[in-house]
Amino acid sequence: MKFKSVFDIIGPVMIGPSSSHTAGAARIGRVARDLFGRQPDWAKVHLYGSFAETYKGHSTDVAIIGGLLDYDTFDERIKTSFEEAKNAGMTFEFIPETGHVDHPNTARIVIGDKDSEMSMMGISIGGGKIEITELNGFPLRLSGNHPAILVVHEDRSGCIANVANCLYKYDINIGHMEVSRKERGHMALMVIEVDQNVDKEVMEDLRKLPNITQVTRIAD
Amino acid sequence: MEALFRNVRELVERAEKEEKLISEIMIEQEMLMTDRSREDIMIQMDRNLTVMEEAVEKGLKGVHSVSGLTGGDAVLLQKYRDTGNALSGDLLLDAVSKAVATNEVNAAMGTICATPTAGSAGVVPGTLFAVQNKLNPTREQMIRYLFTAGAFGFVVANNASISGAAGGCQAEVGSAAGMASAAIIEMAGGTPQQCSEAFAITMKNMLGLVCDPVAGLVEVPCVKRNAMGAANAVVAADMALAGVTSRIPCDEVIGAMFEIGQSMPSALRETAKGGLAATPTGKWLESKIFGGAVVGSGQ
Repeated sequence: MKFKSVFDIIGPVMIGPSSSHTAGAARIGRVARDLFGRQPDWAKVHLYGSFAETYKGHSTDVAIIGGLLDYDTFDERIKTSFEEAKNAGMTFEFIPETGHVDHPNTARIVIGDKDSEMSMMGISIGGGKIEITELNGFPLRLSGNHPAILVVHEDRSGCIANVANCLYKYDINIGHMEVSRKERGHMALMVIEVDQNVDKEVMEDLRKLPNITQVTRIAD
Repeated sequence: MEALFRNVRELVERAEKEEKLISEIMIEQEMLMTDRSREDIMIQMDRNLTVMEEAVEKGLKGVHSVSGLTGGDAVLLQKYRDTGNALSGDLLLDAVSKAVATNEVNAAMGTICATPTAGSAGVVPGTLFAVQNKLNPTREQMIRYLFTAGAFGFVVANNASISGAAGGCQAEVGSAAGMASAAIIEMAGGTPQQCSEAFAITMKNMLGLVCDPVAGLVEVPCVKRNAMGAANAVVAADMALAGVTSRIPCDEVIGAMFEIGQSMPSALRETAKGGLAATPTGKWLESKIFGGAVVGSGQ
């Protein structure tokens, strides 16, 4: 079932006007910030499909910047997020694209600071629900509705078992998991949706495992 | 996790067999699927109800959207209702004005609760706060109204669609109206089966509704469609309470809605390329709001 909670139907509480174009957009921005791990210094946001055509009227742009500032869908500050971003020293740019994408409400968010850069593609699938479909060139499927861990690792045997064992040790149940790699033996990515939030201790243990490059957590 | 119900038939059967309200089955399913306590779930829905109350209150004072396309109609409707000369009856007009109030707040970037989406957020609260005056429900019954509505929306979302881009406006305002109608039945003391009949009757009358937002914005015709969704819900609820049934079972009506959505051309599914959005005035409004070349004559 795509929808598991009644609050996907009666909710979210949000700033109008559109659950797909505003609330979904804010969530896409916020997940990007979560994945980046901090507030970026700059953002380049590519908008596709209906996002590209109606983003000004639906305040999709304002909502995405709000998300990058860590605002939830109901945060009143979404309305003034452009000013808040400027005050926080974050520069941003919106680029409406004409290219074809699979989903009508798609955004590619490229963010960065002096230390690193990140690119993420998100789609708004209706009613404020979103999916993350690509991270730094890796295709993936992440709903953003459950706590999740992203593990960047070297493509070696045993990596996945080690991570699963570590989660088992802390009694953390895996709800959904995807593994992808760019090329055999090189960089790979695990996307693990779990049932409860993962605390720091678990994150530290995961980082200590062999061949693990980076571990990021997305809280619910 | 195995759900308690996957369609309306299972939902109604379960409620009848266990002699429970539809809202109770939804609460139990939420506890099962999300592993949260009843108290937690009730508190969250109470908060959603408060958001709805505040939005209606704000809308009835008068709001206007940034584009200027919508706003102020809820005030007009309430003033007209106060004259006592309304043709369609006091409760119906109250529901309509409160649905409009909510959607005007939504268009003006106010805080609302998506029910099931932001563009269709007016119907369920609009009807709820109108029947409230008639039925004098407790706070818990008002919260239960939202769970009953949610139970039906849950079935539509999982078996068809609640998105205008996927299924047209029948999937958004159509679903919202059906949800509201079923919730009215429970609050009015009707049976779970009557909830199902009311949903089916409402949805049948929203079938084929296209999503053709002018300038692509959730304003025109969305606000007025919420008004009509609310009216449809109230009338269908009365029909079901009178004992009228739907000849086509509820789940099959939902299936038909999905089929219609699938066969609808993309111009009529939120792309603003057809219907009212493509009228001369629709195009003119679009160019006025977003700039660019004026296509179509307009005013």
